[in-house]
Amino acid sequence: MTNSAAESAMDAKVEGWNRPRVIEPDGDNELLEVAMGPHHPSTHGVFRMDVALDGERIAKLKPVFGYLHRNHEKLGEGQTYLASMPYTDRLDYICSLTNNWAYALAVEKLAGLEVPERAEYLRVIVGELTRVQNHALAVGFLIQDMGASGTPLMYAFREREKILDMFEELTGSRMMCNYMRFGGCRVDASPAWLDQARKVVAGLPGFADELEALLCTNEILMARTQGVGILPPELAVNAGATGPLLRASGVNYDLRKVDHYSIYDRFNFKVPLGDHWDVYDRFMIRLLELRQSVRILEQALKDIPGGPVMDPKAKLRGFRPKPGEAYGRIEAPKGELGFYLISDGGPNPYRYRVRPPSFVNLTVLEDMCLGQNVADVVLILGSVDIVLGEVDR
Amino acid sequence: MKTVEEIKAAIEAAVPGAGVEIVANPSPSGQHSLLLKPEHAVAVGKFLRDDAELALDHLSNVTGVDWLDKEIAEKVKVTRQVTKTVDGVEQTVEETVDETRKRVEPGYLEAVYHLFSVAKKHGPVVLRMRTQNRSDQVELPSLTAIWRSAEFQEREIFDLYGIVFTGHPDLRRILMWDGFKDHPMRKDYVEPDDFDYEPTAHDEVLKRAQEHRAKQEAAVQEGAGQ
Repeated sequence: MTNSAAESAMDAKVEGWNRPRVIEPDGDNELLEVAMGPHHPSTHGVFRMDVALDGERIAKLKPVFGYLHRNHEKLGEGQTYLASMPYTDRLDYICSLTNNWAYALAVEKLAGLEVPERAEYLRVIVGELTRVQNHALAVGFLIQDMGASGTPLMYAFREREKILDMFEELTGSRMMCNYMRFGGCRVDASPAWLDQARKVVAGLPGFADELEALLCTNEILMARTQGVGILPPELAVNAGATGPLLRASGVNYDLRKVDHYSIYDRFNFKVPLGDHWDVYDRFMIRLLELRQSVRILEQALKDIPGGPVMDPKAKLRGFRPKPGEAYGRIEAPKGELGFYLISDGGPNPYRYRVRPPSFVNLTVLEDMCLGQNVADVVLILGSVDIVLGEVDR
Repeated sequence: MKTVEEIKAAIEAAVPGAGVEIVANPSPSGQHSLLLKPEHAVAVGKFLRDDAELALDHLSNVTGVDWLDKEIAEKVKVTRQVTKTVDGVEQTVEETVDETRKRVEPGYLEAVYHLFSVAKKHGPVVLRMRTQNRSDQVELPSLTAIWRSAEFQEREIFDLYGIVFTGHPDLRRILMWDGFKDHPMRKDYVEPDDFDYEPTAHDEVLKRAQEHRAKQEAAVQEGAGQ
């Protein structure tokens, strides 16, 4: 499929322009139906793709999930607002801190709470550290899926370990951090922690250089990823794709710039955009975003003010927001993470909804895979960067 | 960004008879929503997406809400004739009495759509649609043809709430398995009694396990008696 043909079809917005193409088998070959997963090393968890193959070509692909479904939303409706906070860690278990942040932001919108300045800085610092380790990991796993067994992934893990150590020191847990509260953060960071964070951040550009030198011009990587899994920008927007997947399609939409939430207006950073809309762009976008996160971290660690980390008016016990509803969203490493809450004035939310980025990003998986080879499906899925804890909830 | 009132006026100008209502949101978030009539929802959606000024091209979040039947108790003043004995003579006197009347407000299922604009970088605009009731008239039009991001999320609502989206290209269960009955996110959902015991049964779980075992034993004895 050429890009220009796809574009002209979409300009007209004829009925069904946003549906997956129908692929007719060549000659009178029969389609072969294969279930990729649920136990497949490339699916990053228990996830299945029901694929119909015409030879090596993908003619149909239906993602099947729900293997980890635990009705997270029902659990959220059965307990107090605060009691859901540790559960949000388990959504996207790679980035628990940004999950905390999105939930706290939605509740703060619902109840009209203020966040002290130091807490905002701490949120940005841990949020961006989370983004760095998520993107390092996403790139590492993508290369691992391609067959570069071990080495690049271990480079990513080495750097991630340093960041997880920081999380452990601050919050008490490496991955299930449960750090944020409505109206601030649970504990303050010590000066020693901030110094250590500065040291870790100072090492990150070197890591990015190393990873880029190792991978970006690698011939095999380029041959496997360039021109594969193309996602046109119009379809990406229409299908609700967000995060690096959307920006790799050349759409300038970063909630840190658009929503002006928290204190992101104070930092100087750029939003990298893709040009070719393919897997290679998605891989490069993550490396570039990692560098931008480092820039934000440097500024935040320099400017962080003193003061309290909790709004003194915020109530932890007996927290009952007035009736109403709110939708709050942040730019999580995987895309737009939103929480939609309805309060009826009681201690529990009447409705607690998570809008997971990986779940919605999977909508376009079929469109990206059609016409590609089976081996490319693994790469395309890897470039979407999903976590099943969040998809299945 | 236009206010909800302006968006309502724009919709009503573009889609005659759309009859949009504003649902106020008293919380500090100030995200008021627009209640659409299901029969006009697709036309309104198309307008909102393609209008040059609104350009709501990004449907971020789609979700369901279950509102149960509500029993509303109202105090009404009623005048009635009462027979009373006044000064030893039986008389019919008019008297005003407070009476509590109960009326049931029927429940409904609701689909909520959060729209943003990538082109204009504004939002959210919140749309709502309501079903007739919670049992047999649960159809709503699907907006998947307008925003593809509704595809999986409407499937999720169908799965967990039981709203049937007409015109959806592939309406199947998505999180629960295909043979599953019922809709677990509904407020009156009762978990099936299908477990024997849990390894650490206690409190409520222990009670349920005991009830379950008693039921099973009764069933076995009944079977033996026949």
